[in-house]
Amino acid sequence: MKLTKEEQEILNGAQGETKAKILKTLVEFGDVFGAEKLVPVTHDGHLVTSFGIGLIKPLFRIMDEIIDAGIKTKYPFTVDPRPIDYKNVKCGLLDKLIFSKIMYSQQKRYEEQLQKIGLKNVNGFTCTCYMDEVGNIPKYGDVLSWAESSAVVYANSVLGARCNRNSGMLDIFGAIIGKVPYFGLLTDEGRKADWIIEVKTTKKPEAQILGSAIGLKVMEDVPYVKGLDKFLGTELTDDAKSYLKDFGAATASNGAVGLYHIENLTPEAKKLGNKLIKQNVKTYVIDDEELERVYKSYPVLWKNKEAKPKLCFIGCPHLSYNQLVNWAENIINGLNETGNKKVKVRTILTTSPDVRNKFEQTELYKKLMKTGAKVSSICPLMYTNNPLAGKKPIITSSNKLRTYSSSKYLKDEEILNVIIGKEAK
Amino acid sequence: MEKKFVGRVVGGGNLIGEAVVSHQGVNTLATFQKSALKNAKQVFSSDQNNPDIYKLNLTGKILCLPKTIGSTTGGLVIQTICSMGINPSAMLFSEEIDSLACSGIILARNWENSKIIAIDKLGEEFLNYVKTGDKIEIKEDGTVIVIR
Repeated sequence: MKLTKEEQEILNGAQGETKAKILKTLVEFGDVFGAEKLVPVTHDGHLVTSFGIGLIKPLFRIMDEIIDAGIKTKYPFTVDPRPIDYKNVKCGLLDKLIFSKIMYSQQKRYEEQLQKIGLKNVNGFTCTCYMDEVGNIPKYGDVLSWAESSAVVYANSVLGARCNRNSGMLDIFGAIIGKVPYFGLLTDEGRKADWIIEVKTTKKPEAQILGSAIGLKVMEDVPYVKGLDKFLGTELTDDAKSYLKDFGAATASNGAVGLYHIENLTPEAKKLGNKLIKQNVKTYVIDDEELERVYKSYPVLWKNKEAKPKLCFIGCPHLSYNQLVNWAENIINGLNETGNKKVKVRTILTTSPDVRNKFEQTELYKKLMKTGAKVSSICPLMYTNNPLAGKKPIITSSNKLRTYSSSKYLKDEEILNVIIGKEAK
Repeated sequence: MEKKFVGRVVGGGNLIGEAVVSHQGVNTLATFQKSALKNAKQVFSSDQNNPDIYKLNLTGKILCLPKTIGSTTGGLVIQTICSMGINPSAMLFSEEIDSLACSGIILARNWENSKIIAIDKLGEEFLNYVKTGDKIEIKEDGTVIVIR
């Protein structure tokens, strides 16, 4: 990699040993992928590591080293959701003991470390930092040093920003140096599609299953999706963006997709069309049968596979405002229909702190609270990491949460039926 | 019987060990998180979606795989298991290493003084040939010999 004079001086230690080591790591990382240069980061950061798990000692040690060296990130950053919310996600004494004293024993220390190096604000804990209410929204063409797979794939695909699938820690390093290696999804060539996906379903496919099917098939390649605009339209409405958020999260967690194009909808596909497709690409046809095959392939990991669910998480990644409103209305209307006053399974709707604050000002929120459902800004994945919590029969409409926990995935309609008591599961 | 493959060195070293083979992408977080959280002395894969390696002991083994997939915590997870000393001794990739695994290897070697070895671009034939339990010799120039 060719370095500028200033970069070479940093590497030689002109700005201290820690910064030199940080840049050395970025340069070595870029060298593996043939990056010829570093390019400036042009927008605020987003970090994936939001949890103070005591065992991730390297993270806390390096953060201390960064702080001791007086180093801060070039731009402020947001970070993934907090792992604990005792107010809205009820925990027993033993659960609390495990969360606070064992698993997330370093949470307070870590949040202080984040603030010292450049955390945007105390509400900046969400995986959907790109929501209007949160405001960390890159522009088309912005270069990012982000991690969090669902946020990266959204920024690349829906917003047209440029970001590689950075790992936790590398996201901080890029934000500190203010530069990232130029390769992969930062380049025009790296953003071209390796696959054509032909969606031939008879109705709008579940975002979470469609994304899962594509992720499992293309792994980290770039898919160009045809036929989905028939269901989503050709404008990035709030509904379309919410759909693509969940779709993308499933492609990124079930596979390793960092960028997708939706024909006639996402910005680069609209601008460049078929020019985005490489020659001799592979094709994957998805019809109703294929989606059902993928859905039925998900293993159920509960000890008692027929157990009655004890907890339900909706919102991984965090719900958008319109999704939160839709779920609240569906739950309230569904309970009216079944004649039940309270939800039949403990239900947590998760969203960013800023969206939650906005929603809490509404009448709908008060009505939802009467059903027993809760709204939280917790990270459901971090909650299910608790070995006690993980043993519970948890249901979710998130394919990402299904992938990383023993939670059982249900389609939106199925999970609503369980919540309102329309169908025993 | 021996069969030789040559790849690109991402993190070099010499080693003889036992192969554990995943024919699908290894989901780093799903594979390693339970063992890391338990502060375990060894890693047993906890990824139920990967039957090739599910519940197999990966500590000290030579993990043969196409690439890693999943959460962008992946690199930090690799760094952490290396800092705990419960990592696979080597990761042999049939394809080009992915950005998350690469981050983990470089972070581990630069910040944890880990000796974890990584060779990539070994080719599809390598992954088709090698089987879990095979003896493997790795040389620092990127040569990988499968001994059966």
